[in-house]
Amino acid sequence: MRDALHAEWTKTRTLPGTGWLLLAAAVLTVIVSAAVAAVVRCPSGHCAEDPAKISLTGIYVGQAVIAVVAVLAISSEYSSGMIRVTLAATPRRATVLAAKAAILAGPVLVAAAAGVLGSVLTGRLILPGHGIGPAHGYPDLSLASGPVLRAAAGSVLYLALIALLSLGIATAVRDGAAAIGIVLGLLYLFPILGQVAGSSSWHRHLGQLAPMTAGLAIQATTGLRNLPISPWAGLGVLAGWALAALLAGGILLRLRDA
Amino acid sequence: MNAMITRRGTAERAERDGFGPLLHAEWTKFRTVRGWVAGMIVAGLLIIAVNLIPGGECGGLEPGGQLTLGGPACALTLGPGGEAVTDSFYFVHQPMASAGSITVRVTSMTGSYPPGGAPGQEQKPALQPWSKAGIIIKASTRPGSAYAAMMVTGDHGVRMQWNYTQDAPGLAGAVSAAAPRWLRLTRSGNTITGYDSADGTHWATVGTATLPGLPAAAQAGLFAASPTSSSLISQSATGSSSSGQATAATAVFDDITLEGAPPAGRWSGTGIGRGTNAAYPAQSGGYRQPGRALTVTGSGDIAPDLPGGTGSSGSVAGTLAGTFAGLIALLVVGTMFITAEFRRGLIRVTLTACPRRGRVLAAKAIVLGAVTFAVGLPAAYIALLTGERKQHAGGISTYPVPTLTEVRMIVGTAALLAVAAVLALGIGAVFRRSAAAVTAVIAAIVLPYFFAGPLAVLPAGAAEWLLRLTPAAGFSIQQGYPRYPQLGASYTPANGYFPLAPWAGFAVLCLWAALALGLAGYLLSRWDA
Repeated sequence: MRDALHAEWTKTRTLPGTGWLLLAAAVLTVIVSAAVAAVVRCPSGHCAEDPAKISLTGIYVGQAVIAVVAVLAISSEYSSGMIRVTLAATPRRATVLAAKAAILAGPVLVAAAAGVLGSVLTGRLILPGHGIGPAHGYPDLSLASGPVLRAAAGSVLYLALIALLSLGIATAVRDGAAAIGIVLGLLYLFPILGQVAGSSSWHRHLGQLAPMTAGLAIQATTGLRNLPISPWAGLGVLAGWALAALLAGGILLRLRDA
Repeated sequence: MNAMITRRGTAERAERDGFGPLLHAEWTKFRTVRGWVAGMIVAGLLIIAVNLIPGGECGGLEPGGQLTLGGPACALTLGPGGEAVTDSFYFVHQPMASAGSITVRVTSMTGSYPPGGAPGQEQKPALQPWSKAGIIIKASTRPGSAYAAMMVTGDHGVRMQWNYTQDAPGLAGAVSAAAPRWLRLTRSGNTITGYDSADGTHWATVGTATLPGLPAAAQAGLFAASPTSSSLISQSATGSSSSGQATAATAVFDDITLEGAPPAGRWSGTGIGRGTNAAYPAQSGGYRQPGRALTVTGSGDIAPDLPGGTGSSGSVAGTLAGTFAGLIALLVVGTMFITAEFRRGLIRVTLTACPRRGRVLAAKAIVLGAVTFAVGLPAAYIALLTGERKQHAGGISTYPVPTLTEVRMIVGTAALLAVAAVLALGIGAVFRRSAAAVTAVIAAIVLPYFFAGPLAVLPAGAAEWLLRLTPAAGFSIQQGYPRYPQLGASYTPANGYFPLAPWAGFAVLCLWAALALGLAGYLLSRWDA
């Protein structure tokens, strides 16, 4: 396992694209968060806004880049034929996937932490000037406060779980384009379809089951009682999705020729 | 001799550079890759299959406590133009012949909540911006029948409105005892003209309505209506919930002059549309005649009826929700149509066979666009049929749209998918990498819609700009219902409303596709393959 980890780390380290993509994920998260914080206004001070949620809106975009990183971690090996070398060197395929997941999770956690911290900081700087701050009765956006810390740390974990979910799906599908299509469809489609096509009860179930809506319940710091699912349980649902995807990917990796 | 040589030269060049063989080559590439054909089929099925999601239901409770779907509570009232309308108000009327007029002075309009409402409602003003009261000439007391009316409103001054969709402004400002309003309607055959005045002597024409088929014996009189107050309670990524409270408007009329009515006619009061419209269950109304004045209280609205709310609205656009799901599959195929060539090195063979690189890209775009359109058209049509069947099975009446609009929505959906696939092709040719290109194109089309609609974190203005400037503007083509300035409905993307007109929004998407294709062509001719 140590050799497998070392091999995966070397592959990740020596690919210039991965680093740039992770940097892009962090920067994009902060930029989108800042842009949303810049346009949100609450002049009356009586809006149902959640400052933590607003300041972390960039996650919705950043996760797409994280998903690309995770999908490429395995699909690029299939497109270049590298996977045959990898599996020849480490014939135990479960070990390969586990090593890939572990090596992927580390840098993703770092990038996610950078993006989330930057987002919270920009939110803390911008939002009070727009009527959403401690002066208007909103909780302070400080990591010292329990719910904000939970939202921030949870968002970092959320992005790591998205990476694992993407890795699992890409392992199962092998083709990068198809995998990213499935991942992004899984993330963005459910809320759109729920709003346009479904009934209200379907809506609520969707909030409990869809990977993105359930997972991002972790960002809520106000109105917890109205959430379709509690924050940590929501993140648990996403973890379930990621585990299922990794399992499916692992089983298919075992069963199929590379 | 000279001419012959020239012709042979042209023929040879046509053979070498002919666009036909190029198209044929691209079509052969497309149809022989199993994954792409499968992707197309999946996309078509997804567009339809989204209608398998359980939708909203509408029904009435039987005396035994059983819910039966459909029924009068879920039925729509249709206006003279075939569109869905709200026609629910209190009407104090007398018969009127084919020539006549009615003139009144309005001295006040106030709002109130009917008794037995929710607690805490007193804090908000009861008079709504579009609460209305005034005079009306109406074909009959049947809901949905033709009418023309002059009215004072809560916030929008004096208006003349007719046949639910038409609206013309008159004197501005609110009505009060200090600033009374005189209103007059004159009928001559099918033509009704509305006048207003601030002093009872100087009159101005507000509008002229032609109501085809207005019967000789129509009903004329006074009315009052006030729409349900709406307040958004919560919004989130999984939807929004809103609640409304019934309101009533009370208007005081005097100086009533009615010409063309039978002599010594008496007023009779009727609650129009009472109980037929689910939006106004707590309708209450009545009239009193203290001396020469007449006071009318009414609840409801005389206006177009638009689909609103979440899921259970019965809009035609809702049946096409699967476009999003199909679109993602199509974007993947569209991107791979070019990135796969780069990955496999096939692009070198392609460009050796046809060195003019712009033409290769054009051929690819045409083949991809045509195939996507051919898949999207039947898929959109079937989705519309299955979606309407789903709504009917749930007891929901689908809000009717004119046939031409329906055709535009179906053809437009297919065109939207085709142009989006071409955009994916362009971005794919620029990026040359599948995963990055697919992400970029999905982020460009689906994410703006997600941010503007379901996420509900952006203020309305920013959300509208997203849907004007990004490729997501293309979804405008699926708009089925017009906006009415005289109706305070929630014109949101979730309800099928976009800031741009249908074809204008589609043009924005086309522009993006052209830009991407142009950049791709430029880069393709500058870079080595």
